[in-house]
Amino acid sequence: MNKVIEIRDCTAAYGENKVLDHVSLHIDKGEFVVIIGPSGCGKTTLLKMINGLVAPVEGEVKIKGESLADCDLVAMRRSIGYAVQGAKLFPHKRVEENICYVPGLVKKMTAEDRRELAGRMLELVQLPRELASRFPSQLSGGQKQRVGIARAIAAKPDILLMDEPFGAVDEITRKGLQEELLALQQKTGMTVVFITHDIGEAFKLGSRILIMKEGMIWQEGMKEELLRNPRDGFVKKLLDR
Amino acid sequence: MRILQILWDRRDFFLTCLLEHVRISLTAVICAGTLGVLTGIIISRHKKAANVVLGIINVVYTIPSISLLGFLIPFTGIGNKTAVIALTVYGLLPIVRNTYTGLVNVDASILEVAEGLGADKWQMLSGIRLPLALPVIISGFRNMVVMIIAMGGIASFIGAGGLGAAIYRGITTYNMTLTAAGSLLIAMFALFSDWLLAKAEKAAGRRYGIE
Repeated sequence: MNKVIEIRDCTAAYGENKVLDHVSLHIDKGEFVVIIGPSGCGKTTLLKMINGLVAPVEGEVKIKGESLADCDLVAMRRSIGYAVQGAKLFPHKRVEENICYVPGLVKKMTAEDRRELAGRMLELVQLPRELASRFPSQLSGGQKQRVGIARAIAAKPDILLMDEPFGAVDEITRKGLQEELLALQQKTGMTVVFITHDIGEAFKLGSRILIMKEGMIWQEGMKEELLRNPRDGFVKKLLDR
Repeated sequence: MRILQILWDRRDFFLTCLLEHVRISLTAVICAGTLGVLTGIIISRHKKAANVVLGIINVVYTIPSISLLGFLIPFTGIGNKTAVIALTVYGLLPIVRNTYTGLVNVDASILEVAEGLGADKWQMLSGIRLPLALPVIISGFRNMVVMIIAMGGIASFIGAGGLGAAIYRGITTYNMTLTAAGSLLIAMFALFSDWLLAKAEKAAGRRYGIE
């Protein structure tokens, strides 16, 4: 039972508009899968299908062996971390409350528990503990992104979904964040699904790379395989960048 | 000067009127506030229902207040009860509209993250949607309070108490000073309430980092 994520022949559509076209994907425990592709290729939709924000019109999604169609979706989501571009922190909550959001959904936390957890998570994403009492509007872009990651992993999820989490930060900060994420993943053994449009980032992070085009998984493989055997000009151009 | 004089000379009368006015307004504010926020929450989930409900409330709003009071007399008689009902009905518009607007304008991407992280419906509403809509809801609430207090002056025409009684008596006895004194007190009461709410708004803003 090593497959934590199984997407079987799934089609997704917004109204008439088909976004995913019979996609199948299996991800093993501990994999770091990076999805890359031009905008509008359906990569975000694919990611949202994993935590049930988008339901397939056809096909089945199974997470840890349970079908999303008939499991407790809310409980399932709490075991899946989710970080998005621009962090999207809750603007009315302090950093500490943001970080403790998911554990707080399950049970009421004492102020002490919160302080302890927030401190530990801040340390993990290499931010000073003093930030705990700030509001998101008082943080820099890179700090927000780090808090966003801390919020995503605070409840110790075994799956982490990231939708271009480093898209809005500068190059130097991004390098640092990438390294921290890799170290974190190796330490925790989390399964990570990561979206990017930067091929350098994909090569650096991914143990497997998925190239998407027009709602389909166009090609997948390790970095070397892709470089050796690009399927067509589209893939070659993508890899060249 | 004459106004201050009359306020002092008949302070017992004015105090009774003022307290009555506070009581009527406060009851109406509580009714309209509760009903309005609940309605706003419900219609924020159903766009079609929202248009219908807001439409109806808008139409009711165009009925002159004095005739609404008249319409109500056959059903609820004269007195404070009718006044409270009429004021509640008028107070609904700003609070329903602002609650609705505030809730539907909450950044959808923030809501999606909350949902994706595993918040259930109630946690989304109480923890994310309502707090983020709060500034807009509070401004509607302030609007409502000032309106109810001001309109409360008319309630005495159907036999309800309040400062309207002083105004009405002033008009019927051709005592301009009495009318002016009653009006002044209503205005001051409204301004004072608004000031108080502004303070509450500030405190809420500090709690939620909005400033």
